Amino acid sequence: MQLRRVRKIYHAGTPIATEVLHGIDLVVQRGEFCAVVGPSGSGKSTLLNIVGLLDRPTSGTLAVCGRETTRLDDGALTRLRGHSIGFVFQHHNLITAFTAVENVMMPMLGAAGFPNDAMRVRAAVLIDAVGLKRWQDNPAGNLSGGQQQRVALARALAMDPPLLLADEPTGNLDTRSADEVFALLRRFNRDHGTTVLFVTHNAVLADRCDRTIEVVDGQIAAS
Amino acid sequence: MFKPWLPFEWIVAIRFLREGRLQTLFIVSGVALGVAVIVFMSALMAGLQTNLIHRVLSAQAHIQLLPPQEVSRPLRQGGDAAGGEVEGPTVQPPLQRLKSIDQWQTVATQIRAMPDVLVVSPVAGGSALVVRGAASRAVTVAGIEPDAYLRIVDIGDKIVRGSAQVAAADILVGTELASDLGVDLGDKLRVATADGTASTLTILGIFDLGNKPANQRITYMALHTAQSLLGLPGGATSLEVSVADVYAAEVIAQRITTATGVEADSWIRTNAQFFTAVSAQTTANTAIRFFVGLSVAFGIASVLAVAVVQKSREIGILRAMGISRAQILRLFLLQGALLGLGGSVVGSAAGALGLFLWQRAAKNADGTALFPLVLDPALFTVALLLATATGLLSAVAPARRAARLDPVVAIRG
Ligand SMILES: Nc1ncnc2c1ncn2[C@@H]1O[C@H](COP(=O)(O)OP(=O)(O)OP(=O)(O)O)[C@@H](O)[C@H]1O
Ligand SMILES: [Mg+2]
Repeated sequence: MQLRRVRKIYHAGTPIATEVLHGIDLVVQRGEFCAVVGPSGSGKSTLLNIVGLLDRPTSGTLAVCGRETTRLDDGALTRLRGHSIGFVFQHHNLITAFTAVENVMMPMLGAAGFPNDAMRVRAAVLIDAVGLKRWQDNPAGNLSGGQQQRVALARALAMDPPLLLADEPTGNLDTRSADEVFALLRRFNRDHGTTVLFVTHNAVLADRCDRTIEVVDGQIAAS
Repeated sequence: MFKPWLPFEWIVAIRFLREGRLQTLFIVSGVALGVAVIVFMSALMAGLQTNLIHRVLSAQAHIQLLPPQEVSRPLRQGGDAAGGEVEGPTVQPPLQRLKSIDQWQTVATQIRAMPDVLVVSPVAGGSALVVRGAASRAVTVAGIEPDAYLRIVDIGDKIVRGSAQVAAADILVGTELASDLGVDLGDKLRVATADGTASTLTILGIFDLGNKPANQRITYMALHTAQSLLGLPGGATSLEVSVADVYAAEVIAQRITTATGVEADSWIRTNAQFFTAVSAQTTANTAIRFFVGLSVAFGIASVLAVAVVQKSREIGILRAMGISRAQILRLFLLQGALLGLGGSVVGSAAGALGLFLWQRAAKNADGTALFPLVLDPALFTVALLLATATGLLSAVAPARRAARLDPVVAIRG
């Protein structure tokens, strides 16, 4: 994954433009486990959304999994995102109309168009892997915050993406739940070689990552 | 768990609708109410119209051919004057004498050969006086050939006593006339015309045309009997025609006039007022349908617009996991269509139930149904299709908004 001179300017409905990212150059190797840290408002989420193809850079280029993305249209970006990138956000990650295991099936279902047994089995395996076998048929809204984040993690891995983007996945959790989620991230990184970008304000967790990328005022301060 | 044959969009659409219980329930009830009203009203009107048409046509031929009316002619001065015309001081419409259709047998043969024509039957009609002892009544005499005529106007169906198969010395009278004169089946009546011809006929049948003046005035007898009574040997004052498609009667009547030169009136022309009323009703019905459809559309659109706002974070999450804009668009279009479909299924059932109850409640004095209601499957099919299409169309704007949501903004909230 490689970013070159990526800038992002927000207009936010006013003529005043805010430049949030000022020419970011960043290379992350396959299989790296990186913490993304920095003060609030420094642009961490913006960076992650751009890397995750949810947002487009105002200028600069971005290659994900060796694929140049600047010229791709929305449909191609969506497909690439679906197959190559898993997301976990800070909270409310799940679709409440579905059960835990159905949430995990969702990306596979969306990509295939129709449900099948293979995705059912894979979803059950992933739910088991995050330790929620007993809760797999609970409506997503009935799970605790920590359980929801673990389901979200299982779902992010459903398509076996090479890149996992987690934007403060432990931000709303107590220390024990946060540790569990972090341990899962580590395990997936180790077992599947999944590249992980993990945004956190938790210095302890950040220290346990292989690499720390520090974002300050829209620039990479250290990495 | 998911049904393997349900596509992604259907699965999510159904779940979203189920999750939004109360909203879904309200809008489905709203659509159902609209559809029920339309179904009920349309079936009722169709039943009423069919019934009225049936009533009109059971007493009248589809097409009737009449001899030309006598017109006023200016007096013409004969002799040596150079063709100058002298007008009479006043021009009065002449007295309409009984007149036969010229060459009616030829005309009848010609019409019988035309496509879509079922039966042609001559009638010799005029006025007469029936006398029974000291009592007498003015009546209209209709001389018919029962075999053909009964296939056009089914008097047999209206006979309350006796039979309609009149032979040379028989007469059919209405219930009112019979009771006025105090006569019954088998009694003899003397029928006389103004020029003194008379014959004595036996009452073969008594009919009820469902209308008092008609039951007082109209009498039927054999064609030959009427011809000699009215002084029209071999003549027919009208030709009655029935056709396969009653709504094509006017067109066929015009074709007959063109082909034979004899004036032909269809039941559509003679009942023009009735058709004006029908078309006014149809216009009102269409307007009601349009406005009900419009309010259904607004209802579905507003519920979906709210749903898009409520679900915007989830839409963002779906987009983040690789669900395309087109899929989001279809997901919301489908919700609209399903609301329309669900509402129209419930509404059709409610409308049918309403019709059933109405039919049980609204009865004639004698306990029979006011008129038979026909539950036309086409009506329900159209209602279902239209409501579903309306749901789909009203979902277009909210669905496009959902599809265009910026996932970053949607997720940040
Ligand atoms: N859509 C937007 N329009 C305008 N400004 C925005 C928009 N999104 C983000 N910003 C601004 O960009 C800056 C960076 O925001 P971002 O969410 O990336 O920060 P962050 O590092 O993730 O902060 P936190 O740690 O609080 O999550 C902030 O000042 C924010 O106000
Ligand atoms: Mg952030």
